[in-house]
Amino acid sequence: MPDQIKVVDKLGLDRILTRISHEILEKNKGSENLVLMGMRTRGEFLAARIAKKIKQIDEIELPLGILDVTLYRDDFRTSLKQPQVSVSNITFDINGKDIILIDDVLFTGRTVRSALNALMDFGRPASIQLFILIDRGHRELPIRADYVGKNIPTSVYQEIKVKMEEIDGEDSIYLVELNKK
Amino acid sequence: MPLSSRHLLGLQGVPKDDIQLILETANTFREVLERPIKKVPTLQGKTIVNLFYENSTRTRISFELAEKRLSSDTINFSQSSSSVKKGESLKDTIRNIEAMKIDMIIIRHSAAGTPHYLTKICNANIINAGDGIHEHPTQALLDMYSLKERFGKLEGLKVCIVGDVAHSRVALSNIYGLITMGAKVSVCGPSTMIPRFIEKLGVNVTYDIDEAIRDNDVLNVLRIQLERKAGGYFPSLREYAKYFGITQERLDNNKDITILHPGPINRGVEISSEVADGNNQIILHQVTNGVAIRMAVLYLLGTLN
Amino acid sequence: MNVILKDINLFNPLSKIDQKKVSILLKDGIISKIGNIDSKEFENSEVFELDSKYVVPGFIDMHVHLREPGREDEETIVTGSNAAANGGFTEIACMPNTSPAIDSAEIINFIKKHSTKHLVNVYPIAAASLGRNGEVLSPIAELFEAGAVALSDDGVAIKTSSLLRKVLEYSKMYDLPVIEHCEDETLSDGAMNEGINSTQLGLPPLPSVSEDLIVSRDILMAEYTGGKIHIAHISTKKSIQLVRKAKQKGINITAEVTPHHFTLTEDYLKSYDTNYKMNPPLRTEEDVNAVIEGLKDGTIDCIVSDHAPHSIEEKEEEFQYAPNGIIGLETMIGLSLSELYHKKILSLKEIVEKLSINPRNILKIPVPQFSIGEPANFTILDLDSVWTVDISKFKSKSRNTPFDKRLLSGKSFGVINNNQMFIDDSFVNI
Repeated sequence: MPDQIKVVDKLGLDRILTRISHEILEKNKGSENLVLMGMRTRGEFLAARIAKKIKQIDEIELPLGILDVTLYRDDFRTSLKQPQVSVSNITFDINGKDIILIDDVLFTGRTVRSALNALMDFGRPASIQLFILIDRGHRELPIRADYVGKNIPTSVYQEIKVKMEEIDGEDSIYLVELNKK
Repeated sequence: MPLSSRHLLGLQGVPKDDIQLILETANTFREVLERPIKKVPTLQGKTIVNLFYENSTRTRISFELAEKRLSSDTINFSQSSSSVKKGESLKDTIRNIEAMKIDMIIIRHSAAGTPHYLTKICNANIINAGDGIHEHPTQALLDMYSLKERFGKLEGLKVCIVGDVAHSRVALSNIYGLITMGAKVSVCGPSTMIPRFIEKLGVNVTYDIDEAIRDNDVLNVLRIQLERKAGGYFPSLREYAKYFGITQERLDNNKDITILHPGPINRGVEISSEVADGNNQIILHQVTNGVAIRMAVLYLLGTLN
Repeated sequence: MNVILKDINLFNPLSKIDQKKVSILLKDGIISKIGNIDSKEFENSEVFELDSKYVVPGFIDMHVHLREPGREDEETIVTGSNAAANGGFTEIACMPNTSPAIDSAEIINFIKKHSTKHLVNVYPIAAASLGRNGEVLSPIAELFEAGAVALSDDGVAIKTSSLLRKVLEYSKMYDLPVIEHCEDETLSDGAMNEGINSTQLGLPPLPSVSEDLIVSRDILMAEYTGGKIHIAHISTKKSIQLVRKAKQKGINITAEVTPHHFTLTEDYLKSYDTNYKMNPPLRTEEDVNAVIEGLKDGTIDCIVSDHAPHSIEEKEEEFQYAPNGIIGLETMIGLSLSELYHKKILSLKEIVEKLSINPRNILKIPVPQFSIGEPANFTILDLDSVWTVDISKFKSKSRNTPFDKRLLSGKSFGVINNNQMFIDDSFVNI
């Protein structure tokens, strides 16, 4: 087992999501034209939780889509493992919508780049805003988040592991030390 | 887990996990096909050659669409086997094409075993798009996908393959795939068109089409190749249609049965127009799913490292 | 020139010779002494220390395709004869499916002209019908006079029963055997034995009944006409049963089998390697077992190679389109000794009968007696040598064999005939 430190606990995660939900509503002056787009896998559950919070605040049910960006990745030639694809599930028209794109960790920016390309194939949204739970730095592309849960500067020998009740059985975020080679 | 082989030559011996993976991956591409822009950049930079030594507009178009929707570069090479025999040898053709730095070859050929031979003489991933009367794995996969879509699962499903089983690559691939996935497979057709010893593959044989309709959830109706009549395998198209053709009256014995057909259809021979356009058939679903299945196979082989 | 073969085991079942550790003195290719050789003879002789190798009557392969005239790129009379010498044969009989076919005295003379002076004697088998077309009788009397030792339309069976009847009746005048490739052509558009394997491999099937039908027809016709039928490359269980019964009834019938039909089964086809494509096709294990029974009980009289050279280009065609057949002259003795002698299916006596005495008797080619004053016609066998087949060392022009790299026990050490010796990979005049 590699060394890991818990950097956010259950309560902390909930607070972040509450704050971000308010920020989203505030920045967009309401929720009328908003749709939430969670990126598989954990972005999907983050999006669902934000939807729930926004409903509590604004009594409106935002459309919730799930985006799988595997087909748009640029690392097929370099990665050793074949990524498993799954289905995107977007049951509404994204044309003219303000999309809140949601993912757990922002690192090089390449996954977000894939997501932007993927979204363009579904239609022409009015805007795309990015919510990232943890920004760990090390960007390789000119991408920044509109909403950041928490900045955690890391080294390349570290990893951020986000765990969520829905699939991991607990709500917490860890900073993991990888073995230096 | 990736596929256990870097080629798709047939479904004989392909493990259940691999078939499952292909069918599940096809779901992704089925969704892509519903988008306004039905194209993803996944195989950008890959070059795929469609090497068709036998006429097949449908299969070729389906592969070509699948390739283009994955953003690969696609080259078509069509030639009849007979003219190839007179000219350049297959080996020379393949070596030449490979020298142009290609990644994958989709091959259709009139001689069984040709895709297997290709794996020995070049390094590209090889996909069999039909070799003689041997196998046509992507057709069977799309048939299975269509059935899974309709019934939710393949296990326990009763499927009867009807027609010229002895000269059908679709039949053989379906038999292998369906049995691996736990379906109960039978064949039905004139006895001259059922290979001897076919029972050894684990299928039941019947020569009574009404029994086949009554006892099965699905009929996969094969195309009658008109040249077989010249071979004397059956007396006349009229007799075939009368005793083995699928008509609406015959389907009265099992109104829920699902009809598949790999196309192209000979209306009025193996299947009546009424059935071909009726509620039991899912022929056009098969065609749509064909593109998704081929995208899945191309994706799974094309992104293997 | 004087040659001494020292410390050999001399073995000839026909003249009941079985002498261990003796020596033979040959003077200009003639046997001049057997037993203890005077020590002064050693001084002016070439001496070969043979250390208990067996000297047996020269082996004959009575089913060889030499391809000349017509396909000299695949084999010629000379290269085929070289392959025969390398494989351990002093005689071969060549099949008439050349281009043109061996259906005239001219072609027989052509073959003889190209084979004189060689160690290996070549005996032409003439076409039974003109051009092997199955329509008109070939000039059988003229062919016999020119030196044909048998008649055959090999490649196909004699097309019709009526022609077969005429061939058998006409050939009876000269006591010529009719060698039949047994295959009903109306059932024969396949590429491999019919069975579950052909279904699984998607290859057009060639049913065993196609062979059995012609074997039955030929047996009945041999009985009816009193002619002599020799069944070429028998391969099915049923055909072997038919021949066994016919022999019991006293019908004039003999049969041969190839090494691939007692060594390989259709399972090898799974690789789609065209070196396993032959006609008759490789059959099932049950058929192989029947072949072995037939060899044991004498139903099958001879072992032949059906040496069928094909160019690499043709064998590299798609399986269905590739030609049938493999070369076999240089692997036949090794396979026979490995699969039959060392597995205790046949004794050395039976091996010598099936590779020398029986085929010679069928074609009426004299069997060497090993008597003083007789020209030496020997095959020298090294029964226990373990070796690996290496096609790059073959003398044949072609390379189409599935046996490359196969480990075998027993081989020909050399041959002697026509005042020549083939030993250590080269011909020597003696």
